[in-house]
Parts: sequence; C-alpha cells; structure tokens
Amino acid sequence: MKNLKPHAWVALLALAVLVLPILLQPLGNAWVRIVDMALIYVLLALGLNIVVGFAGLLDLGYVAFFAIGAYVYALLASPQLLESWGWLVQYFPQGLHTPWWVVVPISAILAGIFGAVLGAPTLKLRGDYLAIVTLGFGEIIRVFMNNLDQPVNITNGPKGIGGIDPIQIAGHSLAKKIDVFGLELRSVTLYYYLFLITVILAFVICHRLEHSRIGRAWMAIREDEVAAQAMGINTRNLKLLAFSLGATFGGVAGSFFAAFQQFISPESFGLMESVMVVAMVVLGGAGHLPGVIVGALLLSILPEALRYVATPLQDLSGGRIDAAILRQLLIALTMVLAMLWRPQGLWPKRKTGVRT
Amino acid sequence: MDTLVQQIINGLVLGSLYALVALGYTMVYGIINLINFAHGEVLMVGAMICWSVMGLFSDHLPALAPGWGLAVGLIVAALVCAALNVGIEKLAYRPLRNAPKLAPLITAIGVSILLQTLAMIIFKPDYKSFPNPLPTEPMAVMGAVISPTQVMILITTACLLLILMLIIHQTRLGRAMRATSENEQMASLMGIRPDRVISATFAIGAVLASVAGVMWAANFGTVHHSMGFLPGLKAFTAAVLGGIGNLPGAVVGGLCLGLIESIGSGYLGPLSGGILGSQYSDIFAFLVLIGMLTLRPSGLLGERIAQRA
Repeated sequence: MKNLKPHAWVALLALAVLVLPILLQPLGNAWVRIVDMALIYVLLALGLNIVVGFAGLLDLGYVAFFAIGAYVYALLASPQLLESWGWLVQYFPQGLHTPWWVVVPISAILAGIFGAVLGAPTLKLRGDYLAIVTLGFGEIIRVFMNNLDQPVNITNGPKGIGGIDPIQIAGHSLAKKIDVFGLELRSVTLYYYLFLITVILAFVICHRLEHSRIGRAWMAIREDEVAAQAMGINTRNLKLLAFSLGATFGGVAGSFFAAFQQFISPESFGLMESVMVVAMVVLGGAGHLPGVIVGALLLSILPEALRYVATPLQDLSGGRIDAAILRQLLIALTMVLAMLWRPQGLWPKRKTGVRT
Repeated sequence: MDTLVQQIINGLVLGSLYALVALGYTMVYGIINLINFAHGEVLMVGAMICWSVMGLFSDHLPALAPGWGLAVGLIVAALVCAALNVGIEKLAYRPLRNAPKLAPLITAIGVSILLQTLAMIIFKPDYKSFPNPLPTEPMAVMGAVISPTQVMILITTACLLLILMLIIHQTRLGRAMRATSENEQMASLMGIRPDRVISATFAIGAVLASVAGVMWAANFGTVHHSMGFLPGLKAFTAAVLGGIGNLPGAVVGGLCLGLIESIGSGYLGPLSGGILGSQYSDIFAFLVLIGMLTLRPSGLLGERIAQRA
C-alpha cells in the first residue's frame, strides 16, 4: 500500500466515495441519511470557509443564509403559500410546484443579496464587532421565521412548513427508489449522489477561487488589511464579494436541505448551528479546503457515531446519564481537546514562502 | 406615563444585570482579546451553586434559611465561579495564547457546551424554583411598582461597580491590569506577571457574573441549566454596544440595552398597531446595535483606534 502513487490514492478515495452509500444501504437508511447530512454540512463549511478561511471575517450568523435558502425552497414548492393566499390558486391550479432547477438559483441569488446586505454595514467593523453583528443578523432572521405567521401566515411560525416537494430529476422524484441493472438505489442514496455532485462542484469553485486573483486578494486582506489596501486591492468590494459568495453556498445548501427533509422549522436554524459550522471550519483548518471538509465530516458524523458509543457507556453508569447528554459531553470535549492539540486546525495549510 | 416609568424601572434592573455580566466580557477582551463564550455559563453555575446551598440550608438549618442561605450561597457561588473561571482560562485559553485568533474561540464554545451539559447531569435538567428570602410586597414609585428584589439588584450592582472601580483605579492589581491591557509585553518588563493579572481578571469577572446569576435567578424565580445563554448573549451585545474592552462602556451598554429592550417591548406592539409584538424585542436590540455600529464602528464609548499598522 505504501508504494501507491498520489493519483492512485485519489482514485481509491473516489471509488470509496462512489460505492459508500451502496455499502451502507443494507445497514439501514439511517446511515446513508447521516452521510447525506454530512455532505450538506460540507457544503455549508465550504461556503463559510470563503468568509472565515479566505477573507478572515468571523461570521457567527451564517446559518441565516441556510435558512433563507431552505425557506425559499419551502415556500415555492409546498402548499404553504396557496393555503395562506387562496386567490393564488387560480394561477396555480395544480398547486405550487416550482422545479428545483428554478428554485435553487433563486435561493442562491437571494442568499447572495442578503449576504451583501449583511456585509454592507459591517465593512468598517473590526473582527469581534463583526462577530456580534453577524450573530445578531442570524438571530433576526430566525425570529422573523418564527413570527411571520401573523398577521399574514408566510412561514407558519414555529410549527414549520411541511409537504415540501422532493427534488425531481428528469421526471423522476428522488423520494422514490429506482432500480439500476438490478441494483436498488434508495431515495437517500439518490440524494447522496446529488449532494456529492454539488459538493464536488463547490470544491472545484472554491479551489479555483483560492488560486485566482480574487482569492489571493482575500488572503491579503486576511493577513493585513492595511497592506492589502496599499497594494491597490479594493477591500470593500472584495469583502462584500466574500460575504455574498459564501452566502450563496449557504442558500444552495438550504434549498437541498428543505427538499431532502421535506419539512423545515425555525428550530433547525439556531445560533448553535452557526457556531457548529464555524467550529467545523476552524477545527478542520480554516482556509485549507481538504481540512475544512475533514472538519465538517468529523463534527457532523461524530455525534451520530457517538450514539453507538454512548449507549454502552450509559449502561455502565447504570442508566443514570442519558445517552444524548453523554454525546453532547463528548462532542464538547472533542472540540476543546482537538483545538488544544492542534491550534492551527486538524489539517492546516502548509505554509509556503518566506514568513516572518 | 406610568407604563413608561415602569418600563424604565424594569429596563434599569435588566440593564444592571447585563452590565455586570458585560464587565466580565469586556475585561477579558481588554486583556487577551478573546470573546469568552463560556462567560454566560459561569453565571448559570453561580445561580446553580447558590440554589444548592440554599437547598442545603433549608434541609439542615431551617432556622437560618433562607436569609442566611442566600448570603452563604452567594459567597460560595462567587468563590466556586472564580476558581472555575481561572481554571477554564488555565486549561483552555492559556495554551492557545499564541495560536491563531479563532482557536481559543472554538475552545470557549466547547467549554460552554461542556459546562451546560455537566450542569444538566449534576443538577438534572428541570426548572427549579429559586426561593426568594426578600419580601415580595412591591413598593409604589411615581405610579409604577418596584419589588424589593429589584431594589436590591440596583443597590448591589451600584456597590459592585463602585468596588470594581476602586480595584481598577486605586490598587496595585488594578494598575497592573490596566498596564497589561495596554501592552502585555511592556507590562511584563515592568515586573508585572501577565499570567497572574489574567487569572485575577478572570476571577473578578466570574465573581461579577455569579452575583448577577444569583440576582437573575431571584428576579425571575427559576434556575435552569440553559439559563446562562440569553444573559450571556445579551451581555456580549451590551459589551460591544458600549465599546468592547472599555469598562464604563460595558456599564453604559448594559443599561442602554436593558432600557431599549424593556421600553421597546412595551411600545412596539401599540406603536405598530399590533403587527409587531413583544416577541420582536430581541431583534429590536440587535437592530439598534447594528445601526449604532454603522455610525460608530467602535461602540458608544470605544476609543477610536487607528487601524493597526
């Protein structure tokens, strides 16, 4: 194994990623679901990495864009709007079923606009002021989702929106299983491949961005804003671009999330969620794409995997400690210890060039 | 008019609690530039410990409870929280002092979840009623009412602020703290041990937070393992509003935030014709914060620092 060339490793990894859901399928849909959600988190982490990792702006309200994407999809592809506004029915006698390839770009653009809106007042702020403003923005969005059921019912408040259309590709709904040459591909597996393609696309975009003029400018801003400005970089526009591009990823992830779950409620978009995505980016190694992916996979799969460790531990303690609580304890410990062990992140970027 | 006076009283009480917690955030930030996310949890631990001590008193020394229980509980809570916060700093933040800035932020978040979970295991996850030894008969002030607990909160906060001001401005420790926050390296050349000063800062912050926690519990009547989250978040907002790193700023920010929230939630409904209810009061505070920071990017009292060279 040791003599394998790098591209052989890549090929092996690609093969493993491709067959993973088929291997997991027999163990139960729950396992594939976990991996699906992990891919959504990877998408979120890649998006936030643009803001935190590349441009060095701390964003504690990133989940707001995720929420925007999810609610845009939910509103445009569920009975919710028609129920609130009966007169709309005459225009949509079949019900409101906007196809996903229309909704996803809309939510990406909308989230991007919101990203710029958030970015605009924060341009002058230094790091930690930025953190609280973004955090406040996240809370504002969540409170609105929670309370926009009156006077006109738009978001259905804390009860959330159900009956969201699954994604349909070429007339086939991803919520139903298909057989390919006798191989049964379940709904969760189909979503896996959709998310995988999206993540790969996102990775390529991020990778190309990182090595572009824009990416280098972001990193210059991250390292020293004043020096970057002196080099003729338009820091205002580039910061706005970072916010808005990062938000776009969040919007797309949100739309997929809504289609995948077919139900959303404001509960999924709390501050803790934002904090976890930041933790994924930083724990993995901010600014380093493979590191960020590892961080996202670790922090999203670990809690689920711990379910199976926590139960025996719970029995050890005589059932006094709840498995869910134990899990939370272990996650918190992991976060602290991993950070102490590797302050730069688990898989940071190798520093190149001369540094002082 | 009566409602306005009432809202101002409520706002001042809430604001003084925010101010006490915000001081902890701002002192830590002033010295090591870290947002101590676990600070709200310290408040929760303080309230929990006080509640436990009061429980012990009413079980074993019913003659002295609850008055003495509260007094002893407050002291025990303050000591435990001070030790806890110093311990957190030593274990979770100190090793990362020269690490990238985001690393200690993540450990702080981890510690925060850890403390909350441990509290849930130790104290069980139910809402516990907090026995209040003070009389509950409210007093009338200018057409509004104020409870003795609220009066106590205002007096205690004022005393604590006075003591803190004396410590910062009149003692050797205070001078060392100011010097360290200005320039740690220089201070250490002058014979100050930054590590000790930082520990002392965390201890003082924890004492303030634990007292605030006990008063919070007495005011609202319950303790709970997740009670630290909201005051922590609001106090952080208050610290930023006033200009983070600035002590008077934290107090001003806390009081402003408290007033904004209570007046806002009182008038938001009637003014908007019932469309925006008091459930929007939380974002009202954030909107004010965002608006204010756009005009004054370094907070109300934050000094205008030139961008770092």
